[in-house]
Amino acid sequence: MSLPAFAELLERLVFTPGRNAKLSLLGRWFADQPDPERGIGLAAMTDELVFAVAKPGVIRELGAARIDPELWRLSYDYVGDLAETLALVWQPRAGLRSRSATGAERESQAMEEATNAPPPTLAEVVEALETTPRAGIPALIAGWLDTLDAGGRLALIKLVTGGLRVGVSGRLARVALAEWSGRPVEEIEEVWHGVAPPYAPLFRWLEGAAPRPDPRDTPVFRPLMLAHPLEAADLAALHAPDWRAEWKWDGIRVQITAGPGGRRLWSRGGEDISGAFPEILAAMEFHGVLDGELLVVRDGEVAPFADLQQRLNRKGVTARMQRDFPAAVRLYDLLFEGAEDLRGLPFDARRARLEAWHARAAPARMELSALVPFDSLDALSRIRDGARAASIEGLMLKRADAPYVAGRVKGLWWKWKRDPLTVDAVLMYAQRGHGKRSSFYSDYTFGVWRDDGELVPIGKAYSGYTDEELAWLDRWIRNNTVNRFGPVREVERGIVFEVAFDAAQLSTRHKSGVALRFPRIARIRRDKPVEEADRLEAVMALLEKRSG
Amino acid sequence: MRPVTSPHPETWLKVTPSGLFCEPGGFYIDPTRAVERAVVSHGHSDHARPGHAHVLATRETLAIMTQRMGEGRAGATQQALALGEVLDVNGVRLWLRPAGHVLGSAQVCLEWRGSRAVVSGDYKRRRDPTAAGFEPEPCDVFVTEATFALPVFRHPPAEAEIARLLRSVALFPERTHVVGCYSLGKCQRLVALLREARWDRPIHLHGAHVALCRVYESLGVKLGDLRAATVAKKDELRGAIVLAPPSAVADRWARRLAEPVVAVASGWMRVRQRAKQGGVELPLVISDHADWDELLATADDVQAPEVWVTHGREDALIHALAQRGIRGRALHLVGRGEEDEDAAPEAAA
Repeated sequence: MSLPAFAELLERLVFTPGRNAKLSLLGRWFADQPDPERGIGLAAMTDELVFAVAKPGVIRELGAARIDPELWRLSYDYVGDLAETLALVWQPRAGLRSRSATGAERESQAMEEATNAPPPTLAEVVEALETTPRAGIPALIAGWLDTLDAGGRLALIKLVTGGLRVGVSGRLARVALAEWSGRPVEEIEEVWHGVAPPYAPLFRWLEGAAPRPDPRDTPVFRPLMLAHPLEAADLAALHAPDWRAEWKWDGIRVQITAGPGGRRLWSRGGEDISGAFPEILAAMEFHGVLDGELLVVRDGEVAPFADLQQRLNRKGVTARMQRDFPAAVRLYDLLFEGAEDLRGLPFDARRARLEAWHARAAPARMELSALVPFDSLDALSRIRDGARAASIEGLMLKRADAPYVAGRVKGLWWKWKRDPLTVDAVLMYAQRGHGKRSSFYSDYTFGVWRDDGELVPIGKAYSGYTDEELAWLDRWIRNNTVNRFGPVREVERGIVFEVAFDAAQLSTRHKSGVALRFPRIARIRRDKPVEEADRLEAVMALLEKRSG
Repeated sequence: MRPVTSPHPETWLKVTPSGLFCEPGGFYIDPTRAVERAVVSHGHSDHARPGHAHVLATRETLAIMTQRMGEGRAGATQQALALGEVLDVNGVRLWLRPAGHVLGSAQVCLEWRGSRAVVSGDYKRRRDPTAAGFEPEPCDVFVTEATFALPVFRHPPAEAEIARLLRSVALFPERTHVVGCYSLGKCQRLVALLREARWDRPIHLHGAHVALCRVYESLGVKLGDLRAATVAKKDELRGAIVLAPPSAVADRWARRLAEPVVAVASGWMRVRQRAKQGGVELPLVISDHADWDELLATADDVQAPEVWVTHGREDALIHALAQRGIRGRALHLVGRGEEDEDAAPEAAA
């Protein structure tokens, strides 16, 4: 009964907005399912295992073989999704319903049908897909569809067409494994990329029945060390000589792993993003593990985040993308040199090793992220205020004697972002949130005035307000709606937000021509008439030069 | 079946702006505006309208109408007709057969000079502990709904959906499960199905559901321990099941609940995108309407050479009926589909 159980899990995951609920559902799956079912399911959800054996044409042909073309057309028109249409209209061939049966009889027949032939297990599906020649795949799928109910059919079709899309990232899956097993997530992270579906040794270890799997030479992700935001009180307590400062670049944190077992570029959450950055992979002519910031760099100048965004969330990359948006890494730290684990060393010692290694290895596309020298915290504060380049988010403060530890340990690393920019903008549209906020209009699109007197949207914010402000805004929005577009309400122009953001960047995607980095609601300006909200020119004036 | 000398039903059963009118009998069936004489198939508001001078229906439907519309608004005079009892109205034979849709729901069977038409109202073929099961009546013209008339709508067994709900309650015992459901019929059927599944704990109700549950109980349908959700404390509702109108489950009313799991019980939940639009976390495919197979099977069961389709997705149904040699006709009745699942989910949510 594993495929039906998997189908039920997928259905719950698709409809569940809450992270905690997703973790519970995944934990239940790990606890209830035997090997190798649980591992295959895990791999399928996290896209570690993808079977794209059936193209949409196969799905259409299967539909055409079983249903009248006019009814298929009307059904597909209504549902709008090919896989789901087939799953819903499919009629099991065995046990055709008799035409004169009463409703109750039909119902019991339907239940019997479901138990006639046993549905396949995930392991059976995997094995058959791997061993069946391409020409035999449609008949194989049809045979399975006959054994499944509508939910099971949808899961199977999504599985064979390679489009599960259930919103389970690798990171979420590892947190779920940690919560279910009681092991720290960092320990799981370190072996994750060294184990392969269906992960039997991993599950045995997590259940306490075997030692931790040894990844040997396989490149694995080491959990990153993270920082806390620096508040004024924290700052006052710092003793300047104990600290080192470096720029906080506005790119994405990455880990570089290279050695005899292979090369990998990992995102902050441990996703393998190697495929999107072949030029970085090509530059990894060394053996070691490094921590750094991935950026687009042109002629030594760091480009705004929007440029890097062009390269993210892609499986592959074109030569043109590599030329127009050249990637590079600014190195922060050295975790392994060769096979030697440096993470237990103090920051200063690791920094010295990093500098020496970098001078020797001289890797392409990788520069050191320079330390920022300072005499006093006051002086450092002035340096921070003076940094207005779009590519710099602020400063990082790292304790000189701190080892490299996984996660966010308080008091070792601080991020000290520069003060945000602000703009006064008018609330234009509101949408309800998810999970706990599903009954609140909590997502706000705001705009500023253009010369011709039109209000143009410049961004969307979901945070920054208190619970009381949210309740007040929700009431106000419901009482001042002028238009509805599905889940979105257009509101009377009556609220001015002071919106804080980290940087303004040119954008071709927005009508206003500008996009904001990390916008959030700083204040509700109940005192300010909407006519006095900012003009687009004022926002444009905050645009930083395209290169830092 | 109709003798060749008998008149075709279209000569005596006519579509008017007020709905289907039986000319020789001088009465309307489920009229959409106030009329002199109305025969009402069941209590949903798109079939049962207030202000008629004379209303004929089952005893249960009359009680439901009176509760919903107020004393005197549900027909100046009311006439209860028992199932199977035959009445002669100006030469038209009239009787009622159960439709299985909600408590009191009935098909209106009419015979005039040897020619027989059955107006089924809304119906389902599944077992429902709160409503008498549908009985097919052979006829010359069968008037059917088509709410779920697409092959994508095949309702799974309701018991299996209830089992999914109870599995979710077991998995999230600290959260309240709030199930969106229509106040007449679906609500009471869910309660009865939960009781059959041995859910003996109190079931909490939104205020809009309380009155009709009382009517059901007064008519002999046992629903067990029902309580008002409105007065319960948040912590008392942890692990509880709450029934509320679909419009309330994901909106302000639901804030009183403890980390609610939002479920909706409706045939529309079959299609994912529909369910996602409403912010539903647990879609339950439980319907009080016939699904695709049942619509076709019913057309066969009543052996009618002609089927008239009142409202819903008539294209697919008429196409499929034609393949079975049955003549289909779309009536395009106005004003249907405004309460219960007839309504498109966007309007209901």
